[in-house]
Amino acid sequence: MKKLGLNTLSKATKVLAMTTLAAGISLANAADTIKVGVLHSLSGTMAISETTLKDTVLMMVEEQNKKGGLLGKQLEAVVVDPASNWPLFAEKTRELLEKDKVDVIFGCWTSVSRKSVLPVVEELNGLLFYPVQYEGEESSKNVFYTGAAPNQQAIPAVDYLMNDVGVKRWVLAGTDYVYPRTTNKILESYLKSKGVAAKDIMINYTPFGHSDWQTIVSDIKKFGSAGVKTAVVSTINGDANVPFYKELANQGVSAEDIPVVAFSVGEEELSGFDTKPLVGHLAAWNYFMSADGKENDAFIKQWHSFTKDDKRVTNDPMEATYIGFNMWTKAVEKAGTADVSKVQDAMIGISVPNLTGGMAVMNKNHHLSKPVLIGEIQEDGQFDIVWQTEGVVPGDAWTDYLPESKNLISDWTAPINCGNYNTATKTCGGAVAAE
Amino acid sequence: MFTLFRRVFFAVLLLSASHNLLANNADTQPSLAELSQQLISANYKEKAALAEQIALAEDDQAIVILQALLDSRLYYVKSNGQLLLVDSSGEPDSAQDAFTLQAVTGLGKRDIKKIGVNNSLRVALRSLISRAQISSKHKSQRMAAAQNLLKSSDDIDRAFIDQALARETDNSVAEVLHLVRALMQLKADQTEERIEGLSALDGALYPEVRAGLSEFIRSFSDEEKLSRKNEYQLAQTTLTDIEKLVSINGYIENLYFGLALGAVLLLAAIGLAITFGVMGVINMAHGEMIMLGAYTTYVVQLLMPEHIGLSLVVAVPAAFLVSGLVGVLIERSVIRHLYGRPLETLLATFGISLILQQAVRSIFSPLNREVATPDWMAGTFMINPALELTWNRLYIIIFSLMVLAVLALVLKRTLFGLQMRAVTMNRPMASSMGIKTGWVDALTFGLGSGIAGIAGVALSQLTNVGPNLGQAYIIDSFMVVVFGGVGNLWGTLVGAMTLGVANKIFEPLAGAVLAKIMVLVFIILFIQKRPRGLFALKGRAVDNG
Repeated sequence: MKKLGLNTLSKATKVLAMTTLAAGISLANAADTIKVGVLHSLSGTMAISETTLKDTVLMMVEEQNKKGGLLGKQLEAVVVDPASNWPLFAEKTRELLEKDKVDVIFGCWTSVSRKSVLPVVEELNGLLFYPVQYEGEESSKNVFYTGAAPNQQAIPAVDYLMNDVGVKRWVLAGTDYVYPRTTNKILESYLKSKGVAAKDIMINYTPFGHSDWQTIVSDIKKFGSAGVKTAVVSTINGDANVPFYKELANQGVSAEDIPVVAFSVGEEELSGFDTKPLVGHLAAWNYFMSADGKENDAFIKQWHSFTKDDKRVTNDPMEATYIGFNMWTKAVEKAGTADVSKVQDAMIGISVPNLTGGMAVMNKNHHLSKPVLIGEIQEDGQFDIVWQTEGVVPGDAWTDYLPESKNLISDWTAPINCGNYNTATKTCGGAVAAE
Repeated sequence: MFTLFRRVFFAVLLLSASHNLLANNADTQPSLAELSQQLISANYKEKAALAEQIALAEDDQAIVILQALLDSRLYYVKSNGQLLLVDSSGEPDSAQDAFTLQAVTGLGKRDIKKIGVNNSLRVALRSLISRAQISSKHKSQRMAAAQNLLKSSDDIDRAFIDQALARETDNSVAEVLHLVRALMQLKADQTEERIEGLSALDGALYPEVRAGLSEFIRSFSDEEKLSRKNEYQLAQTTLTDIEKLVSINGYIENLYFGLALGAVLLLAAIGLAITFGVMGVINMAHGEMIMLGAYTTYVVQLLMPEHIGLSLVVAVPAAFLVSGLVGVLIERSVIRHLYGRPLETLLATFGISLILQQAVRSIFSPLNREVATPDWMAGTFMINPALELTWNRLYIIIFSLMVLAVLALVLKRTLFGLQMRAVTMNRPMASSMGIKTGWVDALTFGLGSGIAGIAGVALSQLTNVGPNLGQAYIIDSFMVVVFGGVGNLWGTLVGAMTLGVANKIFEPLAGAVLAKIMVLVFIILFIQKRPRGLFALKGRAVDNG
């Protein structure tokens, strides 16, 4: 036994020595490559959504390298697995920035993981591209938000329901965490500002992974039988959506009676179940796979050949990753270096094509200007685009519909150079982010 | 060359078809074919107007076309605009010409395009089709049509409903039509008419009736409330009476929801009642056995995609075998070395659960898998318009009780059951009687795991089939077993049903999140008072356990 133990120990030392050597070699190589960190969960609850984004970044890196890399150097992807574990996101970020010395990170999905990464990228002056729609009320010098802010998803969706569908009674249903709570707070105050009475708003929260929707769906049915058009605005996240929609279908709530507009349900989520009973329910995004356009066709084709599976769908966070990556490469070329501070400055005003046609522009507040689309679910799990904004909508980091952030703006250019500038008091750091 | 020929051929066919129709009613209005053709380039609002005109056409084919449009089965050929009916699969092989109903072959998926519909157009189409189908030969179609007319009572003629009523022979359909008529009477100018309408609505449970009544009550101005006092009060009492009935039905519905949740908990926990309850193994991988059962259902469906209903029946024994075998394997390789060391068992089985999850992720991808639901499990069983029970839950309640009954039989009436009980009660004695206790342990663990697999088949119909499926149920399962009393199947049944109903009683009062917390607190307090659960085993087994 003892001998074995010693043997193992010496083996371990050898392995350790070899790893150090290997690390040394890769350090030597590092001078010739630009390193791209990929911080998406490959295991745990969020793996279902985040694995796709990891593949998207790898696909983009591969394509860029085929084109001859960037500034004459090859791109090198460094993939880590934060395993859906929020504190681990912070540790892995530190590892990427300190040990691997990556020049940029593409990563995170949930807001809680972003909040956990935020202090680390700020401390070590990293660069993070965040590709998912989120609740806003945040702006960091080191983060570029390529997903939708509330005014690029939630508010237009509610406007569409109010003006085009004639909805007068609202159910705000969400999973119990920061994104739905903040979004619903914004929506509630927006609806009230439009003259909706408190008795016409029903708010409901459920735990993560909730699977028994019988009572809630039945309550929604009752709430919706008051003789005025009712709609559900759903910020239900992740796995809980499938049993929710199944229960809706089973209890016979059709989109014609009570439409559900979702902010977290895209093509990928729908690929997990039979969508026939859901036809007509809505989703609001900045991208749908069904959008017409040359860029979109090319992107889908590239994705199919990269994954070697022509049934794989594309979705909005993938488009956000695509835009973010293209903006970063353009900014690096413009700055002539991958140095974080220089790229940060070069990013502002960069514009690249959207997959839905038109151009996305990076604004001073590190948010994008993008079009907003509303789609109805079809039998084949795709969305039929029924409405879209006339032009692009600039992302607003601080919502105008909450009293605590009404006066705040974010502007990362001189002379303001501040993430939460109070336009009333003309000071930086006017308020603390609402959590 | 060939395509060119085909195009010319179709163009000629189309021309002649529309020509025939044109000749029929050329002098009155645009023909069905012309109107339908315009659907291709129209926007949603224009489509609604076109649909109205199409419905007016004196042609049976009109309704067929509208129905196809509603079901998203109306396509057109991109190159020449020929309208096609395609079956629900959307495959071009099934295409027929929309007017001649002749099969159209040789089209690829990219050659045809669907004519899109949105929600408001669907509502309009449904109402148009209902008007035609109210005179259908089939009772079910007339019933569906009448119920649809309830929703759109605003834009129908009184005379139309009166005609339909005069024709109607079936009482239940006539009843709905009477409600449609009464809702229309509420908007009449004469007081008697409105009063008649109000009294006809008495006790009607359709949500549309409540909606109509509330709208009617809201339409009273403050002066009218005084000047038309009788009418106003009658409307209010009618509505409160209906609401009373609805709330009674609501309680029954809630009880049903509770029992349905209880049945799910029972299914999830029943396997654990064996492995944890009878054997005393703290099996953290129990949830993954459920997950394996659900994935087995998925694989079985992949193997027999044509027979979704049958696949579920096949999946039950298949899932039992898969999860059972994995269970036996785990017991033989890991757990048997750890008997009497609960902490190590807990950690080891937790590790196994992580391994199984990641294995599934690697084999099937981390994305959820689609498990189809057979038609007989979808929809609701209508007792009255305010009380509809969902079929899938009803089946799961029955199924869970069946599983429990079979398990009880196995334990009480078979040799294996006898040996199993003997081993758990007194291991040395059973061993000296010639029972191979090691194998009984392995088979018992396999039985518990196999039943968890069966639960997975049922859960695949309710929730996500993904790597995390099991984790959602492990805590609940332990709660049920501990609450019901370790080692007692009846305790598991009563425990599951009590927790299910309690959850559903708290939920409307406190919300889903708080309801769960309240149930948990309730169990903690209960366990303080009765540490052995509801139905504690008495005698020797207790001391050995």
